[in-house]
Amino acid sequence: MTELSQIRNFSIVAHIDHGKSTLADRLIQLTGTVAERDMKEQLLDSMDIERERGITIKANTVRIEYPAKDGKTYVLNLIDTPGHVDFAYEVSRSMRAVEGSLLVVDATQGVEAQTLANVYTALDADHEIVPVLNKIDLPAAEPARVAEQIEDVIGIDASNAIQISAKTGLGIPDVLEAIVTRLPPPHEGDATKPLKALLVDSYYDPYLGVVVLVRIIDGVLRKGDRIRMMRTGGTYGVDRIGVFRPAMQDIAELGPGEIGFLTASIKLVRDTRVGDTITTERKGIETPLPGFKPSIPVVFCGLFPVDANEFEDLREAIEKLALNDASFTYEMETSAALGFGFRCGFLGLLHLEVVRDRLEREYGIDLITTAPSVIYHVYMRDGTMMELHNPADMPDLTLVDHIEEPRIRATILVPDDFLGDILKLCQDRRGEQLDLTYAGSRAMVVYDLPLNEVVFDFYDRLKSVTKGYASFDYQMAGYREDYLVKMQILVNDEPVDALSTMVHRDRAEMRGRAMVEKLKELIPRHMFKIPVQAAIGGRVIARETIAALRKDVTAKCYGGDATRKRKLLDKQKAGKKKMRQFGKVEIPQQAFINALKMDG
Amino acid sequence: MTAEDWQAGGFGLYIHWPFCLSKCPYCDFNSHVAATIDMAAWQRAYLSEIRRIGTETGPRTVNTVFFGGGTPSLMAPDLVAAILETVRATWPCANDMEVTLEANPGSVEAGRFRGYRDAGVTRVSLGVQALNDADLRRLGRLHSTAEARAAFDVARSTFERVSFDLIYARQGQTPADWQAELGEALAMAADHLSLYQLTIEPGTAFGDRHARGLLRGLPDDDRAADLFTATQEICAAAGLPAYEVSNHARPGAESRHNMIYWRYGDYAGIGPGAHGRLTLGGQRWATETPLSPSSWLAQVAQTGRGETPRTVLNPREQAAEYLLMGLRLVEGLSVARYERLGQEQIDPGKVADLEQLGLLEHHAGILRATAAGRAVLNAVIRELLPD
Ligand SMILES: Nc1nc2c(ncn2[C@@H]2O[C@H](COP(=O)(O)OP(=O)(O)OP(=O)(O)O)[C@@H](O)[C@H]2O)c(=O)[nH]1
Ligand SMILES: C[S@@+](CC[C@H](N)C(=O)[O-])C[C@H]1O[C@@H](n2cnc3c(N)ncnc32)[C@H](O)[C@@H]1O
Ligand code: SF4
Ligand SMILES: [Mg+2]
Repeated sequence: MTELSQIRNFSIVAHIDHGKSTLADRLIQLTGTVAERDMKEQLLDSMDIERERGITIKANTVRIEYPAKDGKTYVLNLIDTPGHVDFAYEVSRSMRAVEGSLLVVDATQGVEAQTLANVYTALDADHEIVPVLNKIDLPAAEPARVAEQIEDVIGIDASNAIQISAKTGLGIPDVLEAIVTRLPPPHEGDATKPLKALLVDSYYDPYLGVVVLVRIIDGVLRKGDRIRMMRTGGTYGVDRIGVFRPAMQDIAELGPGEIGFLTASIKLVRDTRVGDTITTERKGIETPLPGFKPSIPVVFCGLFPVDANEFEDLREAIEKLALNDASFTYEMETSAALGFGFRCGFLGLLHLEVVRDRLEREYGIDLITTAPSVIYHVYMRDGTMMELHNPADMPDLTLVDHIEEPRIRATILVPDDFLGDILKLCQDRRGEQLDLTYAGSRAMVVYDLPLNEVVFDFYDRLKSVTKGYASFDYQMAGYREDYLVKMQILVNDEPVDALSTMVHRDRAEMRGRAMVEKLKELIPRHMFKIPVQAAIGGRVIARETIAALRKDVTAKCYGGDATRKRKLLDKQKAGKKKMRQFGKVEIPQQAFINALKMDG
Repeated sequence: MTAEDWQAGGFGLYIHWPFCLSKCPYCDFNSHVAATIDMAAWQRAYLSEIRRIGTETGPRTVNTVFFGGGTPSLMAPDLVAAILETVRATWPCANDMEVTLEANPGSVEAGRFRGYRDAGVTRVSLGVQALNDADLRRLGRLHSTAEARAAFDVARSTFERVSFDLIYARQGQTPADWQAELGEALAMAADHLSLYQLTIEPGTAFGDRHARGLLRGLPDDDRAADLFTATQEICAAAGLPAYEVSNHARPGAESRHNMIYWRYGDYAGIGPGAHGRLTLGGQRWATETPLSPSSWLAQVAQTGRGETPRTVLNPREQAAEYLLMGLRLVEGLSVARYERLGQEQIDPGKVADLEQLGLLEHHAGILRATAAGRAVLNAVIRELLPD
């Protein structure tokens, strides 16, 4: 057990790519937590998708030990968090487990939308904040100007911001010293009280079963203890206790203020809910911790196994994955064309893609993802309201009085030069400007926008029109009535429900045209020509034709080619199985999401 | 004894000669450039393999022998003679046994044609590839159009049957260019032509260039389809209709050896990288040999067996092979034979759909791809293969 005064728990937060994970690398390295030969860049980004995309998706906790200048050795628990908006829930949850934050700001970029958002969340969690200016090795770094910006825009003192290069290691000793001197130890904690621990996160390990990340508030957790999850009621005997360094390392006990893991042969994945309070089975505490604010999914889509026989595998995979991703929701769904599947909710399109990718890779299930949608409120003539998660469920129009759609309040930070592009983009997306202010040469624009215009590709568009210089954050801002219609897509004259979307009537032609053009690229040529149409209530508003395949034959095929050719055809045949058949047309899995991404 | 399936196709020998003077940039065949070649060692290996396979098959009539490569016209005529002599000593041979040798149309090769004829070669297939010097250079060929024409003339006066190969759908080749060139080829009055659309094979020099976007002016699929259609029409009009996707012949002048492949007969594959299909003890075996010339040679010398482990083809695999080979032929395939091989029915619904699209014809127990169907044969086969 460690003295409270010698513990520091903190999260590393920043806008995407400002260098959180690289800073975590240096802290791990300088404290000798990981052997030099095992170090690699962004060590904590261990998932394949994280390494491929170069971003952090899951928050990661590591315990490091630091002998400070005052002669004492401190236990530091750092949590590296993701920067992308879609994973903001990971950040806010992580912050609830610690007392301080290192706010990393890229000294070449300055304050961005997520920098702001993270500061608000940190203040909300009563954090002490230490600003860190990163990437000062780069010639374009302007630490003085950025420090000023932090004070102007965020309103926190940046006079003693630490200047570092997470890449070269410059300034890292100062960061370690600041963690000890400027961040507080855990505020409370009494080893003699009954166990009170926060369930911060969990994941499923094929060998160990459910692994639970806990933050101890009071009491001491030991191997063999009988524990109780206060909300779900499950009781277990603790098998193993340890800390992440970042590999799992067993320890004898976890005391107040400490962060570590436990395993307890938890079979029922459902019994573990992040934000729950863990106490002892007997003589435990009465009132649980307040827990976390639930995350509110904003994009929904159907996930169906390509192979209908894999439905049960998909269910199991989804349950296990949800354990590791508290911001993802799911419920069973059936579709005439696709059979059994799940309607899932996500915090954004990247989140959706990541979950789908993880299900496919980690659990080996090929999936069809239907066109994503937001939740509409459909008010019926009879005075009732239905929540529409899936455009396919749109009731008969004669029964509908009006439809409301979710709107957001978007905050965009952008250099002056690109302001015009941003205003145009927001205007095109049916936005209403709420505010426009300047901080130096950067503008901060606030827009009220319909969520369905933003969710699919707004972030990509924003980055491309501003060459990556704009950043964006949003909050939900209620519902509002508008002229919304269901747009159907017909492929080879048959409606494909999984491609139906809700659109604003004024935007329907444009979106319809964009969708059929996209689908023309996405659906491979078949042996016959395929009309692709967008229609509203039976009236076609856009059409394209995929020409028939005219050439697909091997020029030379002799005795020596038989085996190779047969194997190739087998492989192609297997590839065909990855497409779902709609009428006589095979539509590739990727088409359902990609059809919604606009180029303009 | 009831007839075995392979007899519907016949029995032939494929002899692979793996050496060339240089490597063409489009070629992914098992061909190698070697400084010296020990002809005596190769002769020992080929003869030993022929005898070994002869022991395995027992007596059965050999219909065809095919020397392929690589560049078999680099083989010494004596070596070819020794091989054919051993073949005759090992199996009964058909009276009209077809013996084809692939030859590159250089002047040196042409000098050996008489020797090949005396050794027993009855047919040559010349790798002319183009009738235009600029394109021959781009294809990395060592010969000129004039040399090719001269070699062709020598071949015509030496062998009863001569065929040549052209590669089309080349970089920057317009339909008019190709039609003119094809007209010239037809005027040379060969009785057989192999007309291949240029295929960009991964792992070749062209493959690399293509991947880096440096191979410009190749026709897209639609233009390639137009070239293919024009080729069918022009050749048919000139009396050399297609009898297979890329092969055209005056009726009766088809390559009998290649017909064995497409009619799914048996063939022994001898030499590095050669594949075979042999029915032995009631089972159809797929045979393969070591790819590298030196390993094959060493393995034959040391173990007396120039093969990698063979595999038995199950009914489904055999049916798939018969389908993908047989549909290449204009004559098509026998549905009854297909279903006997695969022990399952061909899907009548799928056949009907493809007929509806004008890609397939099903008549009197014969399934054949139409000209349009042959252009998209891979898609047709994918559709027909059972799930
Ligand atoms: N030159 C320079 N590059 C840096 C520095 N710190 C990080 N980088 C680079 O910036 C990029 C992003 O770094 P990460 O550490 O992955 O950033 P992150 O904040 O963890 O990103 P997310 O987790 O995706 O939000 C990588 O290419 C790093 O190599 C630095 O001090 N100097
Ligand atoms: C393997 S070669 C052997 C014949 C001989 N070595 C020659 O090149 O003339 C057989 C024929 O295949 C054809 N061929 C080889 N590679 C090809 C490719 N990538 N695309 C189209 N045809 C090809 C050529 O027409 C060649 O004549
Ligand atoms: S095309 Fe013929 S000559 Fe050229 S490398 Fe291939 S086999 Fe040898
Ligand atoms: Mg990161």
